[in-house]
Amino acid sequence: MLFTSYAFIGFVILLVALYYVLPKKAKWPLLLLGSYVYYYFAGWKFLFFILAVTVITYVAGILISRNKARADARFAEMKRLEKSGEGDPEKVGKEARKLYKESQKKTRRRIMAIGITLALLILAVVKYTNFTIHNINGLLSAFHVSKRIGFLTILKVTGISFYTFQSVGYVIDVYRDRHEAQKNFFKYALFVSFFPQLVQGPISRYGDLSKELYTPHAFSGRVVGRGLERVIWGYFKKLVIADRILPAVNTMIEAPESYKGVFVFCVMMFYALELYADFTGGIDITIGIAEMLGIPVKENFERPFFSKNIAEYWRRWHITMGTWFTDYIFYPISVSGPMLKLSKWSRKHLPERMGKRVPVYLASFVVWFTTGIWHGASWNFIVWGLGNFVVIMISQELEPLYAKFHKKVNTDGSTVYKSFQVGRTILLMSALRLFDCYRDVPLTFKMFGTMFTTWNWKAVGNGTLLQLGIGRADYVILILGTILLFAVSMAGRSGSVRDKLEKKLPMPARWGLFTVLFLVVVVFGAYGLGYDASQFIYNQF
Amino acid sequence: MDELIEILQEIHPDVDYETATDLVDGKILDSFDIISLVSEIADRFDVVISAEHMIPENFNSAKALWDLIQKLEDDE
Repeated sequence: MLFTSYAFIGFVILLVALYYVLPKKAKWPLLLLGSYVYYYFAGWKFLFFILAVTVITYVAGILISRNKARADARFAEMKRLEKSGEGDPEKVGKEARKLYKESQKKTRRRIMAIGITLALLILAVVKYTNFTIHNINGLLSAFHVSKRIGFLTILKVTGISFYTFQSVGYVIDVYRDRHEAQKNFFKYALFVSFFPQLVQGPISRYGDLSKELYTPHAFSGRVVGRGLERVIWGYFKKLVIADRILPAVNTMIEAPESYKGVFVFCVMMFYALELYADFTGGIDITIGIAEMLGIPVKENFERPFFSKNIAEYWRRWHITMGTWFTDYIFYPISVSGPMLKLSKWSRKHLPERMGKRVPVYLASFVVWFTTGIWHGASWNFIVWGLGNFVVIMISQELEPLYAKFHKKVNTDGSTVYKSFQVGRTILLMSALRLFDCYRDVPLTFKMFGTMFTTWNWKAVGNGTLLQLGIGRADYVILILGTILLFAVSMAGRSGSVRDKLEKKLPMPARWGLFTVLFLVVVVFGAYGLGYDASQFIYNQF
Repeated sequence: MDELIEILQEIHPDVDYETATDLVDGKILDSFDIISLVSEIADRFDVVISAEHMIPENFNSAKALWDLIQKLEDDE
């Protein structure tokens, strides 16, 4: 049941109506039931996977929470006994308490490790088994061994990367005492499976989402209307822009030999637009539906293409994934015992600047490798992730040079310089995304190279662009759609565009505006609303 | 506290750490800065700030960070 299918739209209308009609007590159970029905239609076998991840992380959370409560009570009792003089100082004194606290923490850490290992193991088996076999076969071939391992038929489980990460984050947060474990299994199951964000995120934190998820919201025309506005805007991005440009991208990447040079540049730019409209459109639909139910979901984008550099871009693109990696991988690795030792050593033995940065770079390397492989089990994504790592590290290392440049040339407030920075970010990110397009890593490098070796820039004007599966009318719609996208992004710099519309326009005018936008989606959507046009790109991750 | 301010100034000399209260939320300190900060603190104060303490509230101001260091010193 894709977001763009009639079935999904019917499902959402029914669910929202039922949500507001049913009594308070039945609201969150309805969301749980709805989420499982939604996932059932995505693939009934998927239910086993989500149930397994839910049970594992639920049990881990409960065990950690129980241990913490027990340990806290015992610690307080030891303190009381010491104060009253009833206990043996050796057994209840400061040192004994410290040892007890540490041992209990160790127990909790063990439970956490087992829980997240099991959950990640399911993800690893589903996602990476055949990739591992492929690489082992590659090695066997390199060593001239004729034996090969056969590939396994493994189900491609939609959304598993998203809800596994969300659940793992939950267990770590319970361990870190950010919140208590959810005792009600069904409530926890809703947190893991909440349907709008099940297949492409955002990756929510329990502390952010849970309260509103279980709160029974009363009907508010304003809230439902605002959610609906965002949903329509999401469909506009997906159907009018992303799906319309998709055939052109596919035509060029499926026949790389015929589309070199300037066409690779076109792939870069077209795919950047497609992915942006596809992913942000999908997230708009997700957040909009949740909003219609009165549930705020964390934003996943903050106008990423307006970023000055790639590090900033990654703070503004797929934000919930970025913060997940920072909180649960980057920080723990960076401040782990061995890393702090390495930091001490490198600062003593290496030049000051480099010495300070060695641990950060090592941790970043792990993060970007993981980010790459999270996106897909292929070398394309791994190289893409490491490509991001290299660019960010280079820009970090060049910082003193930039500082020197800025001392000599005042760029403060310069629109030209800002535009240069934004343009540079767009070009770099789009170039790296070529790994997402072409079939393998060598081909991607080769195609990138043709931009500098095949001088066919004149081909842009000779009508070839009209033979990529989209015609003149499509380009006109795409250009107008992109201008609207850009204008809304610009307007969004100083706050929510919907807030502004609400302040400036009376309700009938606003509704008129969104009705027009809805009609635009119906008329100019690539295949018409309801047609199962194409899967959202991030569904596959 | 003065020594902590000194460390912070080595990272971003142009910030007034006596008054700033949004070092993380205001995007003055990024994750790279935070890691440098944590390893400097480990070095100079002999206090290990673990990942569970790495939340914006603990790094938003020099005072919050100082309080954290003292809390961790007490724990030890």
